[in-house]
Amino acid sequence: MKNRFGSVRENGFLYVFEHFVDFFKWPLVAILGAALICTPNFGFMTPANTRIVIMIILYAMLGMGLNVLIGYTGQVSLGHAGFYGIGAYVCALAMTKLGWPFWPSLLAAGLFAALVGLLLGLPTLRLSGTYLSIVTLGFCEIVQMILKQWESVTNGNYGIRNIPKPYLFGLKLDMKNGGLFYLALALCILTGLACLAIRNSKSGRAFMAIRDDELAATMMGIRTSRYKILAFVISAFITGIGGGIYCVIANSYIEPTSFVFNTSILILSVVIVGGLGTVRGMVFGSALLWLFPQVFRFLNEWRFVIYGVLLVLMMQFRPQGALGWQSTLPFRMSRAARKRLKERGLDAFIPGQGREA
Amino acid sequence: MQTLLGAIINGLALGMAYALIAVGYSMVFGVLRLINFSHGSVYAFGAYMVYFFVSLKVGLFPAILIAIVLSGLLALTIVKLALEPLRKKKSIPIATLITTIGMSFIIQNVLSIDYIFGSEKHGFPSLNLFAPIVIGNITIQSSQIIMLVVAVVLLLVLTYVVQKTKIGLAMRAIQQNSRAANMVGVNVNFVISFTFFIGGACAAIAGALIAGYYGIISPTMGSTIGLKAFAAAVVGGIGMLHGAVVGGLVVGVAECLAAQYLGSNVRDPMAFVILILILIIKPTGFFGKKGITKV
Repeated sequence: MKNRFGSVRENGFLYVFEHFVDFFKWPLVAILGAALICTPNFGFMTPANTRIVIMIILYAMLGMGLNVLIGYTGQVSLGHAGFYGIGAYVCALAMTKLGWPFWPSLLAAGLFAALVGLLLGLPTLRLSGTYLSIVTLGFCEIVQMILKQWESVTNGNYGIRNIPKPYLFGLKLDMKNGGLFYLALALCILTGLACLAIRNSKSGRAFMAIRDDELAATMMGIRTSRYKILAFVISAFITGIGGGIYCVIANSYIEPTSFVFNTSILILSVVIVGGLGTVRGMVFGSALLWLFPQVFRFLNEWRFVIYGVLLVLMMQFRPQGALGWQSTLPFRMSRAARKRLKERGLDAFIPGQGREA
Repeated sequence: MQTLLGAIINGLALGMAYALIAVGYSMVFGVLRLINFSHGSVYAFGAYMVYFFVSLKVGLFPAILIAIVLSGLLALTIVKLALEPLRKKKSIPIATLITTIGMSFIIQNVLSIDYIFGSEKHGFPSLNLFAPIVIGNITIQSSQIIMLVVAVVLLLVLTYVVQKTKIGLAMRAIQQNSRAANMVGVNVNFVISFTFFIGGACAAIAGALIAGYYGIISPTMGSTIGLKAFAAAVVGGIGMLHGAVVGGLVVGVAECLAAQYLGSNVRDPMAFVILILILIIKPTGFFGKKGITKV
């Protein structure tokens, strides 16, 4: 097949695929969007399946949050369940105890998690690599302890019950009318777009410079500790929002044991299996890890063994993740950057000029 | 006063057992710069093997011996099957980390399959082999004494191995610079395998001791204790044998005191509270040396 997308034999499957997707970008987005909008009306969307689909969307979002930290900045966190739990509890408490509506509660959840992220990010000034991972691991355990121990506020081991459903312009969002599905979907898409924007921003390039070589980044004048803390704060904010969503979809009931080390590992697995540093990978990784136990239900307890085998094999043969690949598309400058170059009369430096001609 | 002393003695005994697990983390971190998340499940596996062979009526001590060897072999399998190929490919550190988590998942879930051991808890033969010692108002269980003595003896043996033998020298050389060690003729793969074997064996002994003390085992018993022992290793200064011992004791005593005076919910996270405090004050732990990054 020789055409405008290149040939599979000469350029490789990935090249053709990427160019094909790039060329039909808008039709594909339209088809996917239509499919997603119709999803709650599909026949297979029983209440149980709806919940799984929402969890996939939620974990894709959590994955994107962690990805900012691991995929972009290269700082491994083993304690994101801590931020997730903080988000869920802040949102639930604001709604039940303070009687706030859902939206300000959700924002509060994100902001509070971000604040904690800032405080946790400060030790990164002194710690690096493995030690940072260890601190985040300890952080998750301590959040767990506070949730269990501070009974007057968090209700201890019993958790928080009767969390109200969110309203949007007077319309109640729940499982039946698919409102919660759209809520999670909209926030996940927003997060994805935000992550792509971060990636292409000055901060995003600083993050990736730190990931690739921290010392070199310092030498280039990047304030590494400031950017590392920024990455922590962004990541915590997204994860906190994710927690806020979780508290309204989780049967109106949350408890401390939902935010343990294993939850952190699940979020981490989403990032790793999907593809480190990509946004598409988070969606895929989340879908894979949530559908796997459902599809292989007939294997009973063996499915968790196979899950472990899957992780190990994945790391052996595709450590960059299922959808982690180096893009073969030509580099494209942002419109603002092009404009600035044009203003200064540096047209020659604008890449891809020939492509449009 | 007597509850305080009781808690401290309890903490010292538990702390020594933690130190035995922490040594495994510490040594592996020393040679590979890797947090081995599968270590906790090797510990659980060790306890289950003791349980299994005791139920076959081979006697407690032969059962423990078999369990030690089997756990060592399990740790060896993990290295040979999963970690060595990764090292050959020079893959990113996080891939190795996830691999150990995957391995831990496999071991834990194989143990909890119904017709193997099942996910429910099992009773474990008590290690109270002789009558408790009573001093004044304080009763010391014999299992606590056994725990303390066995752990101290083993740690002394380990210190001897690391400090005085040829393979210990090789381990320390790899810790400093594995490439240079390789060049002067150290068989790096063999030493790493040996380290994992020793770590697995120690974990099995700790498994038998702690399970004998609590009298109960479950497939997930390794996850919390594994993380705590790891915290202990870091508190003491990871890569250092005596660091692991001090860290283990600090964590053991602190958590017993916390459980006594602050409530049982505080017990498990206590290790991490100490961990974070230590890391913020002295990022390399009590005895850790500051690494120098060369460009």
